[in-house]
Amino acid sequence: MDGFLSALILLSNFVIVPSMAYGSQLAIGALAVTLIYAILRFSDFAQGDTMAFGAMATILLTWVLQYWDVSISPLPTALLALPFGVLCTIVLCLLIDRWVYRFYRRVKAKPEVLMIVSVGVMFVYNSVVRFIIGPGDRWFVDGERFIITAPAFKRLSGLDEGVAFKTTQGLTILTAVIVVAALFWFLNRSRTGKSMRAYSDNEDLALLSGIDPERVVRTTWMIAATLATIAGVLYGLDKSFKPFTYFNLLLPIFAAAIVGGLGNPLGAIAGGFTIAFSEVALTYAYRKFLAYLTPGEWAPQGLVQLLSTDYKFAVSFVILVLVLLLRPTGIFGRRSP
Amino acid sequence: MNPAARKRENIRTICMFAAMFAALTVVGVIQSWPLALAILNLCLISAVMSLGVNIQWGYAGLVNFGILGFAALGGVTAVLVSVAPVPAAWKAGGAGVIIALSVALTTILTAVFAARRAPAGLPRRLILACVILGGYFLARAFFFPAVEAIEAVDPTKAGFLGGLGLPILLSWIAGGLFAAVVAWVIGKIALGLRADYLAIATLGISEIIIAVLKNEDWLARGVKNVSGLPRPVPYEVDLQQALWFQDWAARLGASPVELSSLFVKLCYAGLFAIVLFVLLWLSERALHSPWGRMMRAIRDNELAASAMGKDVTRRHLQVFVLGSAVVGVAGAMLTTLDGQFTPASYQPLRFTFIIWVMAIVGGSGNNRGAVLGGFVIWFFWVEAEPIGLWVMDLLTSGLSQDSPLRRHLMESAAHMRLMIMGVILLLVLRFSPRGLIPER
Repeated sequence: MDGFLSALILLSNFVIVPSMAYGSQLAIGALAVTLIYAILRFSDFAQGDTMAFGAMATILLTWVLQYWDVSISPLPTALLALPFGVLCTIVLCLLIDRWVYRFYRRVKAKPEVLMIVSVGVMFVYNSVVRFIIGPGDRWFVDGERFIITAPAFKRLSGLDEGVAFKTTQGLTILTAVIVVAALFWFLNRSRTGKSMRAYSDNEDLALLSGIDPERVVRTTWMIAATLATIAGVLYGLDKSFKPFTYFNLLLPIFAAAIVGGLGNPLGAIAGGFTIAFSEVALTYAYRKFLAYLTPGEWAPQGLVQLLSTDYKFAVSFVILVLVLLLRPTGIFGRRSP
Repeated sequence: MNPAARKRENIRTICMFAAMFAALTVVGVIQSWPLALAILNLCLISAVMSLGVNIQWGYAGLVNFGILGFAALGGVTAVLVSVAPVPAAWKAGGAGVIIALSVALTTILTAVFAARRAPAGLPRRLILACVILGGYFLARAFFFPAVEAIEAVDPTKAGFLGGLGLPILLSWIAGGLFAAVVAWVIGKIALGLRADYLAIATLGISEIIIAVLKNEDWLARGVKNVSGLPRPVPYEVDLQQALWFQDWAARLGASPVELSSLFVKLCYAGLFAIVLFVLLWLSERALHSPWGRMMRAIRDNELAASAMGKDVTRRHLQVFVLGSAVVGVAGAMLTTLDGQFTPASYQPLRFTFIIWVMAIVGGSGNNRGAVLGGFVIWFFWVEAEPIGLWVMDLLTSGLSQDSPLRRHLMESAAHMRLMIMGVILLLVLRFSPRGLIPER
């Protein structure tokens, strides 16, 4: 019995808690992608670099605050700087929309063209971020590191295994819940949110009923920028900030959005957690876990790792391929492909 | 198009290429001739890749963001074709790897067959799960011991299976075929759905290809790189010793060392130019054949084309495979030129997206435009750094030499390249979406 409990705790420490946090980050990122897809009708490849930009703006203010000794310990100072980062990203997205994307809406360009345009935007964001903060790793986390550390947990429970729960992980999960609740309230209850959904469902009908398309688009960019910044900052707090890793997040984020059905917010959340759990669970080495469950002499020899961590991107890809093969509209999708 | 307009367009094309070569000459005179030839060689390879993108995007409107992956496939083919086999490694684990790979292939084929033929519902899921899990563990059982044995064979020099030991020029064809096979699989999965899916699926497969090449040491030594690939052209040292070459150098009044390096680069340029011209000629023929007109009809109005009885998805698959094969050829050429295969150097921003800028700037749908785009953009990509440094130096000349702002700006000048590329892409798409040489 004790062994079973230890195995369970081991699994929570190395699989469940990390993938909850990672899943929340992916889900928020995928929500931004899916919203842009629903309203603007293209896949935004600049998403990863928008996240990097938001995180960068937040980091810069965090450093200033840290220099002034402003702190909200035990919480990381970055939370205080987050609204500033969000604001910067919103301004950036609105400017880019006005200077770049608006023209293509007017001429009703194909989604493929918009996709390539978003690559151009990605280049620009990418170089801005690298130019200002450099391509290297940056740490900006401070405050209390752990909500509960593994030794403290062992002391409290008297078990052999402990669960370490990092502040950033707790914060990520909590923020994700708040953000998702607020977003769904907005989309389902507020007037602007309803007009956004109407516009997404049927553009012509929405225009006939007097919805201002430019307003809908502006709101979408504001929400997407907010989501991207929050996801970027949370990811940076949890791991570390490096511009290139944000580009690499594109694949898991898109896979998450597609798994749930592009354009479907609920699906994006489910997709984010699906990808995160599969990625962590498939690359975790189960030797110790199985050793707890089996009598001594049966304990496995190897690592019992299904997939090497070098291939974690392959997990998103395989899930993506399976969804494309079996249910191209996503698990919650309703629109035809 | 009437003859007068066609003539004007031809003159325009010739002028642009002439300007391009003039720019290369300027680099040769101001900077150095070896640099100018090095840029020319990469321009030629870029032009081939850009041609591949143009076949997919320009002819058919398909978005492939996996150029990097297909180029890397071509690159690894160059290694697998040209390097001499490592008999000890084959003896140690060759059989194991082959068995494991054939088990994996059989598993996939059986799974596909079961998914099509087995009775729907629970039985199908059970059969599929059994086949996939069984195949996975069986393949693993053979794979890991074999890989360990192979990588233990002389790890500092070999530690991989080696190649076939054939002339490296063969790999240019083999690389294209290899890329085509992978493209066929991806196309089968992602084509016929929303356009975005192909873009995302290709982005994904290219990341996986790079991950495999970086980590599977038994295949091509992973990040330990394979260097010293055999060359299709003579070595500088041999040339410097050859009597006829010394004679030649003396007559031209140049030092044999310098001349030999120029000569080798020119040989490469000649080979690349032959490939480029052959592919360009084939592409032009294809574009102006009934097949090319059909492709463009599909691109411009899928619905109408499919109502006319054209199988849109199959045509898309065909053109996707062709374009990827061209990129694979270019990838093999690139590795041949480098003389080594370094998986870590394949960066998506440097590869995939730059090639896209080339195809768009040159003129989507026009092969000659794509080639010109490859030249122009690669030229600017290389020359952007000295230009960027010069501009930064000018801008910060008011600041003192050791001011931190100046130092930061000078260090960051390299990142301006991406900015320049992004701005060029956005400006061309916005103000001149048909590119330098528009489609006819």
